[in-house]
Amino acid sequence: MSDLPPDVEAKIGVIQHEEEGGFPVERGYIWTSCASVENGNPLFWDEAVASEVTGGPIAPPTMLSVWFRPHHWSPDRTEPALPLQVHFDLKERFELPEAVMTDNTIVFHEPVRPGDRIRSRQVLRSVSEPKTTKLGTGRFWVIDVEYLNQHDELVGVESYTGFGYRRGSDGG
Amino acid sequence: MVADTDSITLGGVSEGDELPVLSYDVSATTIVLGALASRDWRPMHHDYDFAVNRNGIRDIFMNTPNQAAWFERYVTDWTGPKGRLGRMTFRMKGSVFPKDTMTISGRVSGTEIDDTGCGWADLDIELSVDGDTKTSCQARVAVPTSSDDNPWTRRGDHWQP
Repeated sequence: MSDLPPDVEAKIGVIQHEEEGGFPVERGYIWTSCASVENGNPLFWDEAVASEVTGGPIAPPTMLSVWFRPHHWSPDRTEPALPLQVHFDLKERFELPEAVMTDNTIVFHEPVRPGDRIRSRQVLRSVSEPKTTKLGTGRFWVIDVEYLNQHDELVGVESYTGFGYRRGSDGG
Repeated sequence: MVADTDSITLGGVSEGDELPVLSYDVSATTIVLGALASRDWRPMHHDYDFAVNRNGIRDIFMNTPNQAAWFERYVTDWTGPKGRLGRMTFRMKGSVFPKDTMTISGRVSGTEIDDTGCGWADLDIELSVDGDTKTSCQARVAVPTSSDDNPWTRRGDHWQP
């Protein structure tokens, strides 16, 4: 039997925090990302290759989460926004001040293209019973972030395993 | 003009094949550029004082999305542009700091053609510094089964990553 509080149990498998990226997918960021790792894949630099192989320009698949990271500042917000809000919700709910991400899986579906408007939604998949590791005592949780384009096509799913913990004391 | 789309094909890939090693001297610019390119504004990836005096670590360090970009580059340097990533799993074991020389190495752990006819190579990849693994990555990448195959044309039920 689960030891989870009912309000947490009720959120498992439920779509939360559905949101649209703050701006359309754009090539400036694609080139900046490629430059940051010296990625010379002609798909991203050569129009002829992109046209022949992918039917036009695409974004590097691993940029999936980039389109959702909020601006550091925007005029209608007073506090910095947090990506992966479910993670921070769980830290707060269990009063766990520290957290690390231990595993991250990304599954890639339809290519993301310049001009796409991508939206994301978060789904809490599981929360463990309290565990003690060398970091401290807390709980592991798995969160999926699903990404869809403006045609409602799935473009990718990221799964994060997080460990929220308290150093050297009870983990809630 | 004919586009240069040279890519490996599945027939040329075997379990146990080693991918070419990529070695790169990491600087503070590498870390900061990678963090900002991935829109990660958190201070431990650009603010030395925060990293050392608040987080208690030795320096700013490379963020996860930028490591993903390094792994993608590493895989597609090997496959060519027709290589299409299906999935990646990372496990972080340590951090990459300025002045580290990071080494990315990889090995083919298996190949298959799935029920839809898509060819796949499974890869075990390690990012290490001075022989210590900092991040391990399992990647599954679709590669053409012949010179006229192109995994990027697969959609819907014909793409099972």
